[in-house]
Amino acid sequence: MRDVAVVGFAQRQMQDFDGSPTCVELLVPLFAECYEQTGWSRRDIGFWCSGSSDYLAGRSFSFVQAVDAIGVIPPVNESHVEMDLAWAMYEAWLKIQTGEVDTALVYAFGKSSAGVLRRTLALQLDPYTMTPLWPDTVSLAGLQARAGIDAGLWDETAMAEVAHRSLTDAEKNEYAVRKGGSSVSALLSRPLYADPLRKHDCAPVTDGAAAIVLAAGDRAREVRDRPAWLTGISHHVDPMSMGTRDLTRSPSTARSGAALDLTGVDTAELHAPFSHQELVLRRELGLGDDVRVNPSGGALTSNPMFSAGGIRVGEAARRVWAGESDKALAHATSGPALQQNLVCTLEGQR
Amino acid sequence: MSRTLSAPVTVAFDYTRSTGPVLGRFLTGLRDGVLVAARTSDGEVVVPPPEYDPVTHAATTDFVEVSPTGTVTSWTWVPEPVAAQPLERPFAFALVLLDGATQPFLHALDVASPADATTGMRVQVRWRPERVGAITDIECFEPAAGGAPPVDRPHSTLDPVTGVVTPVALDYTYAASPEESAFYRGLAEGRIVGQRCPACAKVYVPPRSACPADGTPTTDEVELAHTGTVTTFCIVNVPFLGQRITPPYVSAYVLLDGADIAFLHLILDIPAEEVRMGMRVEAVWKPREEWGTTIENISHFRPTGEPDAAYDTYSQHL
Repeated sequence: MRDVAVVGFAQRQMQDFDGSPTCVELLVPLFAECYEQTGWSRRDIGFWCSGSSDYLAGRSFSFVQAVDAIGVIPPVNESHVEMDLAWAMYEAWLKIQTGEVDTALVYAFGKSSAGVLRRTLALQLDPYTMTPLWPDTVSLAGLQARAGIDAGLWDETAMAEVAHRSLTDAEKNEYAVRKGGSSVSALLSRPLYADPLRKHDCAPVTDGAAAIVLAAGDRAREVRDRPAWLTGISHHVDPMSMGTRDLTRSPSTARSGAALDLTGVDTAELHAPFSHQELVLRRELGLGDDVRVNPSGGALTSNPMFSAGGIRVGEAARRVWAGESDKALAHATSGPALQQNLVCTLEGQR
Repeated sequence: MSRTLSAPVTVAFDYTRSTGPVLGRFLTGLRDGVLVAARTSDGEVVVPPPEYDPVTHAATTDFVEVSPTGTVTSWTWVPEPVAAQPLERPFAFALVLLDGATQPFLHALDVASPADATTGMRVQVRWRPERVGAITDIECFEPAAGGAPPVDRPHSTLDPVTGVVTPVALDYTYAASPEESAFYRGLAEGRIVGQRCPACAKVYVPPRSACPADGTPTTDEVELAHTGTVTTFCIVNVPFLGQRITPPYVSAYVLLDGADIAFLHLILDIPAEEVRMGMRVEAVWKPREEWGTTIENISHFRPTGEPDAAYDTYSQHL
């Protein structure tokens, strides 16, 4: 296996992006930040991979148009996944492992505000027995939240504590869509929305884009004194149907975590778009109380579709670069109620 | 004035899918007022039946009928239903463990308020009077009345269900990029606006946010001529949904004078078979009172009557 590190990261998260769903204009400055961080130009990038979905904004082949932001003369080595940035990063990591390239720039974008996000995502579901009912994302998470409450695994106070900590941490995050100004009791006094969820238990609809730079071995050491080495990466999937899995668990997260060495993890960026999902993930990954969870504020404070999972990787890497973390865990999710999960570890020492 | 132009757009398509033997059997059951489950190798009774056994991965063959009554195992309130959900008023989604099944089933639950829903409540299927073999043949669940729920047309002798048609329609607010917005605003003034890449000097029309050749943001606005050259074209002979002109007609790439990229428009006022590469054309604008922020302000392009352009003048733009 080649040593591969995260050496660059740029992001934008906002309530509404006043521009086209191809997000080209949003990506150009993100790439410029990545070039500045690495000292490279686009010609130093060996492989490009993006994550997005045309359903989000109703424009076909938006990922093809987004390639404008790269510039393709001479032609580039490029790919796309209909998944979150974190999975695009996984493809790039594999590409570097093949030895074909030493560097990769991975990006993702999405304009969730163009449609009705919780409805659009019903198209991720089984098209015969689920999509025709249009079960929205919030409802599916609500079924999961109640299953855990009824089983005595968490309660509304525990959920509010997650939301409160996230909102407080988000005060230091310039990109967070929601931040600060609450207490657990204030959150609990707010009305129920999708009973048993309150609005603060659900991630805000967020537009945005993000980019991550990967490099192997000495190319990574050229860029950073302390690259965030990807020492483990694993992803698994649970059944899509809501009936055939225990919604209070996330077996695919547990299995992904078990494939890695999580000893010594001091920081975890967990992609939990609903407050109770952070509790599920903590349990499945066996994270102790001494692990700092979501210092960025996490997905509860901004959740740009197709970027938010990868942003967890970028936020974890930033803390490793800065020496604030020696070993960080990043997690990304996709699909209904934590169906698909990717876990990776990033370390300052290789 | 906002930075960008936007407009509502609906993307709709009727997805037609074959069902295969397992889902076909389940959907046939729904049409006939019966709930078909599968017994899997680990002893579970699952509805809807999975096509393959989760443990052995063998095709599902062991089917069993389960009851249209059951118990709620989880539920959530839907305060703001979205389009095409089972009920248009606030309702609940629920996981229901049907009597005879061991795994719960997802569907809507019709109760007036969240106070009327509880985990453990007894519910029954409300069948749709006209059933077609789709998951929506179950209108929703409702609190159980005792006894089996009434079904208008049980156990038919019709052919099994082999396919479903699922209409999907999504509503968007579609936005143009700032550069595209400048293009459309130009059209509303009778101008064709492109942009020049500051790095390689190529001129793009419609303008794009970045030069596709080198990734540089395109910032310099350029007004283009209303004349150009046909670089390539196709004669449309095939009728399709939404077509506005009777075939045959010509759809062509026109390289406007001063531009480095061709754009697509119609070539009319000439028999289709006479359109050719290199033909010189000019924009025909609709009457000014019909103009909006749209490419349709240009009705079409027509021949100028000039001699054809030399191949060398457009060979790099094909």
